[in-house]
Amino acid sequence: MMRFLLLFSRQGKLRLQKWFTPIPEREKKKIIREMTTMVLARQPRSCNFLHWKDLKIIYKRYASLYFCLAIENHENELLALEVIHRYVELLDKYFGNVCELDIIFNFEKAYFILDEFLLGGEIQETSKQIVNRCIESSDMLQEYYCEGETDFPGTWRKL
Amino acid sequence: CVLHLPLQEMIRAIRSARTQCEERGVIQRECAAIRAQFRQADNGGRSHNLAKLLYVHMLGYPAHFGQMECVRMIASPRYSEKRVGYLGAMMLLDEKQDASLLITNSIKNDLSHSNQYVQSLALCTLACMGSAEMCRDLAPEIDRLLRASNSYIKKKAALCAVHIVRKVHDLGELFAPAARSLLAEKNHGVLHGAVVLITELCERNPETLERFRKTVPDLVQIMKGLVISGYSPEHDVAGISDPFLQVRILRLLRILGRNNEAASDAMNDLLAQVATNTDSTKTVGNAVLYETVLTVLDIKSESGLRVLAVNILGRFLLNNDRNIRYIAMTSLQRIVGTDHNAVQRHRGTIVDCLKDQDASVKRRALELSLALVSATNIRSMMKELLLFLSSCPLELRAQAASGIFNAAERYAPSQRWHIDTILHVLTTAGGDVRDETVPNLIQLITNTSELHCYTVHKLYRALLSDISQQSLVQVACWCIGEYGDLLLRGECQETEPVQVTEDDVLDALETVLQSHMSAPATRGFALTATMKLSTRITDNVDRIRSIVSIYGSCIDVELQQRAVEYNALFKKYDHMRAAVLERMPVIEKNSPGHTNGESTREAVKEVQPAKVKQAETLLPQQPASQVCDLLDLLGGSEEPLQPNPAVGSTLPVLPVSTSSTAGGDLLDLLGGLEPTPLTPAPTVTVYEKGGVTLTLSSEKQSDSGLTVTLTACNSTDSDISSFTLQAAVPKSVQLHMKAPSGDSLPARGAAKVTQMVALSNPNKVNLKMRIRISYTSQGSAFQDTVQVDSFPEH
Repeated sequence: MMRFLLLFSRQGKLRLQKWFTPIPEREKKKIIREMTTMVLARQPRSCNFLHWKDLKIIYKRYASLYFCLAIENHENELLALEVIHRYVELLDKYFGNVCELDIIFNFEKAYFILDEFLLGGEIQETSKQIVNRCIESSDMLQEYYCEGETDFPGTWRKL
Repeated sequence: CVLHLPLQEMIRAIRSARTQCEERGVIQRECAAIRAQFRQADNGGRSHNLAKLLYVHMLGYPAHFGQMECVRMIASPRYSEKRVGYLGAMMLLDEKQDASLLITNSIKNDLSHSNQYVQSLALCTLACMGSAEMCRDLAPEIDRLLRASNSYIKKKAALCAVHIVRKVHDLGELFAPAARSLLAEKNHGVLHGAVVLITELCERNPETLERFRKTVPDLVQIMKGLVISGYSPEHDVAGISDPFLQVRILRLLRILGRNNEAASDAMNDLLAQVATNTDSTKTVGNAVLYETVLTVLDIKSESGLRVLAVNILGRFLLNNDRNIRYIAMTSLQRIVGTDHNAVQRHRGTIVDCLKDQDASVKRRALELSLALVSATNIRSMMKELLLFLSSCPLELRAQAASGIFNAAERYAPSQRWHIDTILHVLTTAGGDVRDETVPNLIQLITNTSELHCYTVHKLYRALLSDISQQSLVQVACWCIGEYGDLLLRGECQETEPVQVTEDDVLDALETVLQSHMSAPATRGFALTATMKLSTRITDNVDRIRSIVSIYGSCIDVELQQRAVEYNALFKKYDHMRAAVLERMPVIEKNSPGHTNGESTREAVKEVQPAKVKQAETLLPQQPASQVCDLLDLLGGSEEPLQPNPAVGSTLPVLPVSTSSTAGGDLLDLLGGLEPTPLTPAPTVTVYEKGGVTLTLSSEKQSDSGLTVTLTACNSTDSDISSFTLQAAVPKSVQLHMKAPSGDSLPARGAAKVTQMVALSNPNKVNLKMRIRISYTSQGSAFQDTVQVDSFPEH
């Protein structure tokens, strides 16, 4: 399974953190510090895989953001790179040419998208289109409420 | 939507803060406002408030006061509030906090909500942070959702089930039937979840694994469908149809096929098909190929398939993408034991990877190369490894050096090659080798007696060019000290002859002694080597004497101590010098004193244990307690004296010392010398009769210890032979007689005999000693006794 996913800028500022196992707050902060230090120290054309404790750390840089995914030792590193790439594609489709600012100002959306793609440390949905459709529907549900309705429509049950 | 602005305004305000202090100020203000809003009645902006708090939390500021608000929001009937509430719960709460218990009811209710997106929130939160209790509570509900709901909910329920099984292992049995039937679904999301769930169940329970082996044909079918099917827009990634699902199925097949012939047979063709047909031009295809290879190598696959798998790894090694090269090597590393020959075929490529730019790839290449060294390829491999060592990154040098040493030890084609290889490593990476390297190399050199001349010449030359690598310098000094005579002789079979003078050698050692680059241990080696040369050279002994005496006042205590002892070896104990400094015998492997101790002590440790061994064979141990109370000096009765243990022995026998400090050994030998300027101890004549004179001098060692030196001289015209001394002391005093320097006293005082006696007087009784003198002169035996009542103290 995947253990955690971190997004941080080149200056080491955290933009998103998803933890797939329960970890105390202090421990999370420590891990974040270690990950940012390790990953930011890597040479430009290095291998995207690192070893850290009993985990494999897969990292990739997209523009100004580093995506850092920790997986258990028996997991497939090359597939983990594809997982990161898929998430970036989902963000890109949703925000349209996504950039770091989108994720900063709409961080809740980034989490909602992630929660449709991954679940409990595993891949939840392998189709890009289905994930996108679900997010759109959820957004509409939210919007729909904002206009004053207090009840849920019975529709959108079937995809 | 207008209501979004407050959140984004706050974010803007925080980002425009120019200092950490300013940022803290903005955040404090905002948090106060958020707190106030939490306390107010429902005002429609609750979700934005909580979102603001979550942003602040992500920056690293405390947000625990928002926990209860999350609980309240989750219970709200509004989707927007539930959504942020659940997100907040996942970010701020974990199963260890009490507040998380409060959301259990909401989750339970929302699991059966009429709207699937609300159900989805509950499922997501449960799979993210469900405690064991919550899992037990909600497991039946999850099982229900696995069987009767739409695909959207089923796929989430499957992963919830996975989480539940990880938290509460026994519940695995509950989900097995539902998992089985999910394999018939067409929806990829559900299939993927089902495969993950089945994998989890099989990994946890061997019986479950047995039952699920029956699904191998189904899994093979699904895989075939993915591999052969035409383009499917929903799941296509660079020409591969749903690589995520393919990889999970391959992994499940691996678990089911492991150690099982039938299952492995059933998947053989499929694996061959995937291995051959998968497009390897993009990473995604290689991800599938990689998983396929791992599966083939782990199950009971037929040999042809195995070769195919290893060849794929071999191709990976040539890939431009260094990620692919890296995983190829980690995989090859895993099978180098079991499929050694197959991996050997790719040795050339692996060795080329030693030159890769990437440090991770280099590391893997090193490990794999070392694993591939064999008796047949040792020479060529060693060339590559030594080349690697000279340019490898610092963090790999220690590993490379020790790997090279191990390989050399196992497969060295000749001893000279072995020594050359070690010397090469020491020259290139001497600073990174382990401490045992120096004694190990010394032992190797000692045992290769036919190469002593060659080795010392080579090391001498190395020393001349570079004295910065401590390990090398230490070994070189040791060899020069030990085999200096061979060095000076000039000719050597294996290398070109070179004229080396005594001064040259001493210059070299002095350079080491004086250099600021030399570690204290190294200087110790150099000093000892210099001293050893005093018995191996002929002309320059005085130079050695002066070096040794200079270092007698060195600031470094270790060097000072050695120098003082060596000085004493020149002065008082010159008769012992040759024996003490003679050639080392062959060191046995794993002899005591080899593997223990700090490296700084190792030089002198080398000298002592072997010498002690030598001594042991000649002399039985003399227990200190064997002081006879026969001669009760205070009572005065006559009884046989304590025998001198060293009668008849002509070698200077060393006391068997159990002291583990090098200094201690040497101290014992020379009778407890203090590192102070030497002034002759006052002597007193205790016996003078028949031309034989016995003088006594003593030196206080400690509060209760005294060393007595007896010196005998023969002023008659005839030689005296079989000269022995025996001594007795009061009951409570301990006595230890050291070996005499000899047993003959030539006529007219041509030479003296000295003998040392160590006394220990812990009870501080009045110290007396009775000495019996025996000798043969002109064919007749003589014997006499003298009592010493007082000792001149130094």
